Amino acid sequence: MLQCAEAIVEFQDGLVYKRRIRKRYRIAEIDERIRKERTRAEARIMAEARRHGVPTPIIFDVMDYTLVMEQIEGALAREIMRPQISERIGELTGILHGSGIIHGDLTASNIILSSDDTLYLIDFGLAYFDSSTESRGVDVHVYFQSLAATHASSLPELKEAFVKGYTRTLPEAAEVLTRVADIERRGRYVMRK
Amino acid sequence: MVVILGLEGTAWNLSAALVTEDRVIHEVESPYRPLHGGIHPREAAQHHAAELKRVVSQLIEKAQDARFSICDIDGVAFSQGPGLGPCLRTVATAARALALALNVPLIGVNHCIAHIEIGRWRCGTEDPVVLYVSGANSQVLTYHTGRYRIIGETLDIGIGNALDKFARYVGLKHPGGPKVEELAAQGTRYIHLPYVVKGMDFSFTGLTTAAKDAVDAGNSLADVCYSFQETAFAMLTEVTERAMAYCGKDEMLLAGGVGANRRLQQMLHTMCTDRGARFFVPESKYLKDNGAMIAYLGLLQLRTGQTLPIEDSAVRPNFRPDEVEVKWR
Repeated sequence: MLQCAEAIVEFQDGLVYKRRIRKRYRIAEIDERIRKERTRAEARIMAEARRHGVPTPIIFDVMDYTLVMEQIEGALAREIMRPQISERIGELTGILHGSGIIHGDLTASNIILSSDDTLYLIDFGLAYFDSSTESRGVDVHVYFQSLAATHASSLPELKEAFVKGYTRTLPEAAEVLTRVADIERRGRYVMRK
Repeated sequence: MVVILGLEGTAWNLSAALVTEDRVIHEVESPYRPLHGGIHPREAAQHHAAELKRVVSQLIEKAQDARFSICDIDGVAFSQGPGLGPCLRTVATAARALALALNVPLIGVNHCIAHIEIGRWRCGTEDPVVLYVSGANSQVLTYHTGRYRIIGETLDIGIGNALDKFARYVGLKHPGGPKVEELAAQGTRYIHLPYVVKGMDFSFTGLTTAAKDAVDAGNSLADVCYSFQETAFAMLTEVTERAMAYCGKDEMLLAGGVGANRRLQQMLHTMCTDRGARFFVPESKYLKDNGAMIAYLGLLQLRTGQTLPIEDSAVRPNFRPDEVEVKWR
């Protein structure tokens, strides 16, 4: 079982149950609405991403506050990171962004390499539809930050590989990458411990 | 002992204070109250210009009762920004004149950071995630490697401004926030309003328009006020909580004038309790704009040598807190 700020994730019989938890600080009307809307939105965005060619876990059921989905067996991208993997992540991110989707928490721990050598993006809990350069830039920046935290020594090669893949699948890649440099200077999103 | 005179006048409140390391010696204020409508920048600046002499003289007089003389002042601090241009320029002129006349350093401080530092000083919190909510500003910040970093912020207007716009539309007098809070306490029925959190940012204009429409549609004003507060404050609390999880910090500080709202305090307190974190909020006189916070940050900056030559002391209406190098922490 895993618990984050918003949800509890449980694994059972090859399935993943992700249940959004109640927040006491907000009234029931808002709390229930937000949890329902986000559960449904997450399922919709994951299906949409898959339609565009970004592998995501298959959703089996959408309940009020719970998503039931396929459990992907494999290794976290973080654990097997190398330039070739980072390049494939760049390609997938380019396709995702080109489909109008922002992942919202694109770290190397939210990407799995399955046993049949497919890269899956997981945890779309903070994802949303948007095509702005700023949102895309933040996504890429968050990914670079996650690399900096775990693969500091090979960071330049991993970034370069990502850029290669990203540029191949997203026509506006250059504009986004310029913005990433801006975002780094602003230092807004650099605090993950 | 170091004594700093601080001048605040970024918007509605003209306030001057004398502060030393361990206490606020005295504070005098003169709030601008528009006869109708909201804050008019030029009228507010004219109010500050007309009142500055009286406010500063009265401060010096009162300080003499506490056996401080004007000769004890070691520096003059002022709000360099962010704020309304005409107001900032008026108060900056007074600060430069005072610094020159007393022959002491001039210290330009960032208004947002002053809110944070006085909160840390009065509450004794070491390294909090800060929710800073006022008329013009709504930001979630925290300290990291030499700067206060903005983790999340409003994409359009500040929460106080949103409350004021709504209040004006329904005929409540400025400032509208406290009146909305009173009415909200009588509301019982939640009306669906847009809840807009995007990543770590939030937006209030859609909510404000929807709340106006809800009143026009014949809903009771109390119910709309209640729904407005519940929605907006839940958004702020959610992003604050996410920022705490993200940075791994277990202290939270509330800052800024809207922080006086009891319902907002209650929601943040509940959120902190549920995640085993500590919630801090200073007395309301240090939540709203005040001269003491400017003087206190001036004191910290004087220690680290962050003073301003007169020729570099132009005001900065869009001064962001993450532009300031924090040398005192």
